[in-house]
Amino acid sequence: MHDFANAFILLSNYVLIPSITYGSQLAIGALGITLVFSILRFANFAHGDTMAFGTMVAIFCTWGVQALGLSLGPLPVALITLPVAIAVTIALVLGIDKIIYQFYRNKKVEPIILVMASVGVMFMMNGIVRILIGTGDVSFADGARFIIRAREFREMTGLDEGLALRTTQVITVVVAGVVMAALFWFLQKTRTGKSMRAFSDNEDLALLSGIKPERVVQITWIIAATLATIAGVLYGLDKGFRPFTYFQLLLPMFAAAILGGIGQPIGAVVGGFVIAFSEVALTYAYRRVFEYLGPDGFEVEGLAQLIETEYKFAISFIILVIVLLVRPTGIFKGRVL
Amino acid sequence: MSLLQATGMRGGYGAADILQGCTINCDRGEIAVIVGPNGAGKSTAIKAIFGMIDLREGDVTFEGKSITSLAPQARVEAGMGMVPQNNNVFPGMTVEENLQMGAFLREDGGAGVIDKVYDLFPAVKDKRYQLAGELSGGQRQQVAVGRAMMTEPTLLILDEPTAGVSPIVMDELFDRIIEIAKTGIAVLMVEQNARQALEIADTGYVLVEGQNRFTDTGAALLADSEVRATFLGGDQS
Ligand SMILES: Nc1ncnc2c1ncn2[C@@H]1O[C@H](COP(=O)(O)OP(=O)(O)OP(=O)(O)O)[C@@H](O)[C@H]1O
Ligand SMILES: [Mg+2]
Repeated sequence: MHDFANAFILLSNYVLIPSITYGSQLAIGALGITLVFSILRFANFAHGDTMAFGTMVAIFCTWGVQALGLSLGPLPVALITLPVAIAVTIALVLGIDKIIYQFYRNKKVEPIILVMASVGVMFMMNGIVRILIGTGDVSFADGARFIIRAREFREMTGLDEGLALRTTQVITVVVAGVVMAALFWFLQKTRTGKSMRAFSDNEDLALLSGIKPERVVQITWIIAATLATIAGVLYGLDKGFRPFTYFQLLLPMFAAAILGGIGQPIGAVVGGFVIAFSEVALTYAYRRVFEYLGPDGFEVEGLAQLIETEYKFAISFIILVIVLLVRPTGIFKGRVL
Repeated sequence: MSLLQATGMRGGYGAADILQGCTINCDRGEIAVIVGPNGAGKSTAIKAIFGMIDLREGDVTFEGKSITSLAPQARVEAGMGMVPQNNNVFPGMTVEENLQMGAFLREDGGAGVIDKVYDLFPAVKDKRYQLAGELSGGQRQQVAVGRAMMTEPTLLILDEPTAGVSPIVMDELFDRIIEIAKTGIAVLMVEQNARQALEIADTGYVLVEGQNRFTDTGAALLADSEVRATFLGGDQS
């Protein structure tokens, strides 16, 4: 019994909690990608770097607040800087839309041209972020580091394995829950949200109903920038900020959006959790779990790890390829890229 | 002077003109029907009337004012409603949401008008929480017409409202369309079921290769032996 409990705690600590946290971050990122795709009809490669930009603004604001000697007690200061970071990111993204994407929209270009334009935007944002904050790691999570410490947990329960619950993990899950609930409420219940769904469903008929396309596009960018900033800040609080990592997040986020069915918000959420769980579960070394579950004195040679951590991006990639080959519309019947 | 006057329309999708100087008028309380062979340019004509394609020549006036340069949305605001031939509902939204989207331009949200549409199409009311993409062809056409009615337009344009529905449902749809016209709305409709459509038409237009071949009252066109022989499938009656 004790062994079983130990194995369970071990799995919770290293697989379950991390993949729920990472899944929440991916889900919010993938939601932005899927919304832009369903309204503007192109795969936005600049989304990862939009996340990096928003996070960078939040970091600068955090430093500013810290320089004033203020803190939020147990919570990270970055949380209260979110509104400012979101506003700045929205302004940037709307500006980019006005200068770049709108030009191509008016010319009614093929989606692939917009994708290429977004690659250009990606490089540009990438450059801005690296010039302003540098290319190295930035850790900006202040406040209390743990809600439950492994040692305290062991003392409390008398188990050999400890469960650590970090503040940033709880914040991620709570904020993600609130953001997703708000987004789904907005899309399902409000007039503007419904007009976005209508536009995504049947653009021509939306025009015939008097829905203004430029307004729908603007609201989509506003939401996408908001989601990108929140996802970026949550990820950065949890794992530290580094511009290159945010660029790399594109792959799992696209895999999540496509796996769930691109254009389907609920699909982005489910896809985000599936990708995160696959990544964490396949790269975890199960040796100690097997030793707890096996007979007494049972020893496992090696780490019992399916895939080395260095190859975790291969997992998103393989899932992406399999989905595109087997079921290109994804779980929730999205569009085909 | 008619409510809608589209005069000498010339234009198409690219270099070649599909419409070769075609003229369509429609008045309040009247049903005008456009018939003609496939590819004659019927859909193109009403797209031009609605501003969905640009005209190279010709003029469209509505309530006496030229609307030739207005975007489709502005024409909706001016009091025109349109049911396109294909993809005329939002398949991923419920029937009620489809109607709400029809009322998007209304400040009041259109709650009162939804009840009127439900009175006109009771079958639509029964399905109101179902996705429009899951309806039968006839039900979907009713939702499509209902959506266009939500702005309470003075001119309702329908492109083949009875496409793909059974004869019984077609008769019922035509009855509803007559009811709509009786409330003082001008109805302009393209129809593949030419004989039945001309029976309820005040004015009929026979369009061939983007030009008006015959224009007369519905009854007169039905009586015309040439029209019958060429466009109504033989001389049986
Ligand atoms: N979007 C488009 N782009 C280019 N050409 C088009 C387009 N739509 C229609 N056409 C062409 O315009 C001509 C007239 O088409 P239109 O749809 O107006 O015919 P129609 O009379 O409505 O026919 P049907 O009875 O089959 O609906 C056809 O030759 C068609 O190929
Ligand atoms: Mg047609």
